[in-house]
Amino acid sequence: MAEDKKTVIVGRGKAVEHAKDPKAALRFLWSYLSRFKLLLLFALFLTLASNTLALVGPELSGKAIDALKGKGMVDFETAFRYAAIMAVFFVVSAALSYGLSLLMRSITQKIIRKMRQDVFDKLMTLPVSYFDTHMAGDIISRISYDIDVINTSLSTDVVQILASTVTIVGSFIMMVKISPILVLVMCVTIPASFLYTKKMTGITRPKFSLRSKRLGEMNGFVEETVGAQKVIQGYAGEPVYVKRFGNINRIAADAYYDADYMNATIGPTVNMVNNLSLCLVTIFGALLYILGRMTLGSVSSFVLYSRKFSGPINEAANIIGELQSALAAAERVNRILSEDVEPADINDAYELQDVKGNVEVKKVDFGYSPEKLILKDFSLKADAGKLIAVVGPTGAGKTTLINLLMRFYDPASGEIRVDGYENKELTRRSLRRSYAMVLQDTWVFGGTIFDNIAYCKKDASMEEVVAAAKAAHIHSFIMHQPEGYNTVLTEDGVNISKGQKQLLTIARAMLLDARMLILDEATSNVDTRTEMHIQSAMEKLMKGKTCFIIAHRLSTIEHADEIIVVDDGRIKERGSHSELMAKRGAYYSLYAAQIE
Amino acid sequence: MSRALKYLLFYKKRLISGYTVKILGTVVELFIPWIMAKILDEVVPAVKASGNYVPLIFWGGLMVLVALLARFMNMFANRRAAWTSKEAIKTLRDDLFEKIMSLSGKQTDSFGIPSLVSRLTSDVYNIHGFFNIIQRIGVRAPLIIAGGLVISATLDPVLTLTLVATLPFVFIIVFTISRKGVPLYTAVQSSVDEMVRVIREDISGVRVIKALSKEDYEKERFEGANSATVKNELRAAGVMAASGPFISLSLNLGLVLVIIVGAFRINSGASLPGVIVAFLTYFTMILNAVITVNRIFVDYSKASASAARVWDVMDSESDLKITPTADGSKASDHLIEFRNVSFTYGDQKDLSDEKLVLKNISFTVDKNESLGIIGATGSGKSTILSLLMRYYDTTCGDIFVEGRNIKEYEPGELRSKFGAAFQNDVIFADTVEENISFGRDLSHEEVEKASKAAQAYDFIMGKEGGFEHEASIKGGDFSGGQKQRLFIARALAGKPEILILDDSSSALDYKTDAKVRKAISSEYSDSVLISVAQRISSVMKMDKIIVLDDGKMIGCGKHEELMENCDVYKEIAQSQLGSLA
Repeated sequence: MAEDKKTVIVGRGKAVEHAKDPKAALRFLWSYLSRFKLLLLFALFLTLASNTLALVGPELSGKAIDALKGKGMVDFETAFRYAAIMAVFFVVSAALSYGLSLLMRSITQKIIRKMRQDVFDKLMTLPVSYFDTHMAGDIISRISYDIDVINTSLSTDVVQILASTVTIVGSFIMMVKISPILVLVMCVTIPASFLYTKKMTGITRPKFSLRSKRLGEMNGFVEETVGAQKVIQGYAGEPVYVKRFGNINRIAADAYYDADYMNATIGPTVNMVNNLSLCLVTIFGALLYILGRMTLGSVSSFVLYSRKFSGPINEAANIIGELQSALAAAERVNRILSEDVEPADINDAYELQDVKGNVEVKKVDFGYSPEKLILKDFSLKADAGKLIAVVGPTGAGKTTLINLLMRFYDPASGEIRVDGYENKELTRRSLRRSYAMVLQDTWVFGGTIFDNIAYCKKDASMEEVVAAAKAAHIHSFIMHQPEGYNTVLTEDGVNISKGQKQLLTIARAMLLDARMLILDEATSNVDTRTEMHIQSAMEKLMKGKTCFIIAHRLSTIEHADEIIVVDDGRIKERGSHSELMAKRGAYYSLYAAQIE
Repeated sequence: MSRALKYLLFYKKRLISGYTVKILGTVVELFIPWIMAKILDEVVPAVKASGNYVPLIFWGGLMVLVALLARFMNMFANRRAAWTSKEAIKTLRDDLFEKIMSLSGKQTDSFGIPSLVSRLTSDVYNIHGFFNIIQRIGVRAPLIIAGGLVISATLDPVLTLTLVATLPFVFIIVFTISRKGVPLYTAVQSSVDEMVRVIREDISGVRVIKALSKEDYEKERFEGANSATVKNELRAAGVMAASGPFISLSLNLGLVLVIIVGAFRINSGASLPGVIVAFLTYFTMILNAVITVNRIFVDYSKASASAARVWDVMDSESDLKITPTADGSKASDHLIEFRNVSFTYGDQKDLSDEKLVLKNISFTVDKNESLGIIGATGSGKSTILSLLMRYYDTTCGDIFVEGRNIKEYEPGELRSKFGAAFQNDVIFADTVEENISFGRDLSHEEVEKASKAAQAYDFIMGKEGGFEHEASIKGGDFSGGQKQRLFIARALAGKPEILILDDSSSALDYKTDAKVRKAISSEYSDSVLISVAQRISSVMKMDKIIVLDDGKMIGCGKHEELMENCDVYKEIAQSQLGSLA
């Protein structure tokens, strides 16, 4: 968490590289792979089978060729029989390798699907503060790009490594059988390639991590700027942002290249070490032959096996890059999964039931960072059914109060009680469900208008939804849409203004039967005439509920039971409209400002 | 795809040098088995006979040398390949980003932001992967195939022809499968778009989701998108996975054919058994190379699907055409004029009353005049601004700024006249200073002056670092009203000719709002102010106020006039000002 935060804040081009733990990334991948032990075992079996077949193939063709003894001496019967066996064998082998490849891909897809879902599920449990400090683009990059890298690597590299292992072990055994002395040569070259690879991966690993991170940062920038394209165009800022993107793009491309550059040495170098070992084997083999310790035939078959032996090692060295980037990606994915979730509800957390709606805030101190308090010694008491209005200049801490009521954040000191229970003693779910809330920043999601309104009520009927929409004065707008209630909205939708979104969310809140209601500038973008028209519906919505209203348009809160004037995190004044007007204090001057 | 390749071909010289070294490296490496055979077959028996070790040392040393040489050549070629592909991709990405930045409102809407983002990222990654692979193995494998075929032809032309006869099948398989792959991978990419969309939405709506405890519902929603992606990926993979085994199968069956034909030829004395054995060795080489080529084709389908998506964007011609008039004469005497403007977001030919968002709007604004626009939610207020700044073109009618039709302006030229604070404005994760100066060449004094006028100076200085304070993502560390004041400061800082405030004070308390308006009229009196608002107090002092209702202009004039003759305006005023009106 701390590390990630740093990345985000340090941001563009100044990030610090941290030591990474490849074992943790491997453990993480294994935790997914191990769920499919049986299927993997089956894949291993298929690999063994098809590799064995690969060894039988030359044998069969050899037998067929043996039957072709020379001019006029061809044993057609034997040759054709083996040819037929070969044909059958090739069909079986093709079927096996197709099966293996399908199996691996299906295992991989199962893993990837689970991994994506896990990351997403995890996102849903993270505290709100996580999203306040992490770029959406970077989070998306982890779920799409990084998981995709893992996907590619698992579906091809794992099979290759399995197959290579089989071949390597097999050839090694054969070589030991032929000449244990010559194998001693390998005792120099194998550790040499091993140590070299280990050293190189140590060098390249951070580069691959950096590559993933830079791509994530680029995604963050892209997400931010493409989303703000209209604003940028509005200031004719395209050239500037194109230039900035150019820089970030260069940094990302260079990080990509840096990893590739170092990685490009591994394959050829391991290859070279193998070739050198071949040289040594040939030379020593020749010497042994000259000294009469070996026959020429066994020297040449030893050489053949050692070539077979080094082939897969070369290939393995070539896919090290892919494995490295998969590990770097796994690490980034794993980091989301190991973020601190919203602290769990306490053990015997109480399920808030039959809510009455008595809310009490007692001596609360709170700040988003400990050194800067937003709310100071803040207390208020709202009895069931009362209407509390919170007013004050912007930045006074009004929205923060909501964050605390809903328990998106916990207070630094002091307590908040609902029906006598402290917030922390309640399950978050039951606490949050007991509030209905309409926020300044409205949110609609990609779905039909019906789904958007019925969002908080699982089995809402069309009648209920229409009734709520009518009450919120948004019904006729909806009927103007091409598909009526089935019109699909998008987050960046154009046909819907902010005011209309607010009306939609009001309709949404109407369907939720909660005892407490929070209206944070719920109608700030709704015109006053419409607001008047929905007045009676709003009253019905508020009736019998404990209401917290934040509004700048003071006409909407004149009838509040208590008005609290907040400034700089402290309560300045409290009382009813008439009391506060008579006082001629802060409230009065706010009110008078309306006609300035 | 061919157009993506052009980006790579831009680095022709480096490509050629890279390829040349790669070919040389491949050839050099092939010398190793040759030298080995030479040592075992000729040198060693000779050494044993003569006792002279010099030839053994010579050939052994040569082998070591060749191994070293091969390493450096391959390394060089691989690095060069990595370099050219990253440079090509960088340029491609720059061009795509520039294009995306220039898309019109309508085009952006039709692609959708999540899809644009994934085209710029994951689709380009796919192309990058392909660029890498064709450089690394794209030349080596065909070389081996060609070489293998030539050598086998010298061994026995008839048998080689038998083998070649199977090649058409191989090519048919490769081509059909890779062609089939393109639409399958296109489907994969669009389901990824959908998945990205859900993630984006839920990140921005996390408060609402948590408030309503809808986490489980969202998980299910994501699961739907996730499953669709997996399904599409499996479908693509299932088809693509078939090509490798099928190719080996047809080549291997070709081999069976070779043995059968070989049997007859040997029997008739046209060929020798040893030739067939040698033939088998080369056959294995060719088979491996063909399978490698096949891998390139799999990557090709993927990259090709992605390239098509990238060029969908690249090719979308600007629908906001610049059409200069021949004489350049003044078409309007006003600073701003709307002449019979109607507009619909939908089908531009459907002019039915229901679809029109703006209906026959005409008004003018002169220099030293200010304009207020008021009206019900959804009455078309913001649309007027979108048309004025030419995010969209009018469906009917014309708009003039400084006497010229806005269609005659270069986009940058028109928009640089404006400073606008929008409803859906954005704070970037950058310094406050940068958020206000916004890439324009503004001095700190101008930024400071604007922030003072927007009543933002005090809270900016209250943040750690002041103007150098790094705003958190989407301005999460500022309240709604503070963000709005930053937007206003941003709009003011460039001293625009026309200042647009689109309901930018909805989250401000009235006192602050009044201070902002006062400061603007005294400090930025040269700017013509256009203000869209819900609050009557934000517009009542304007020189001209337009009242909109359902896309129609139902009133235009000063506050006092409208109080007299516009019922809707009067109703709004009374509802807000109460007894004070």
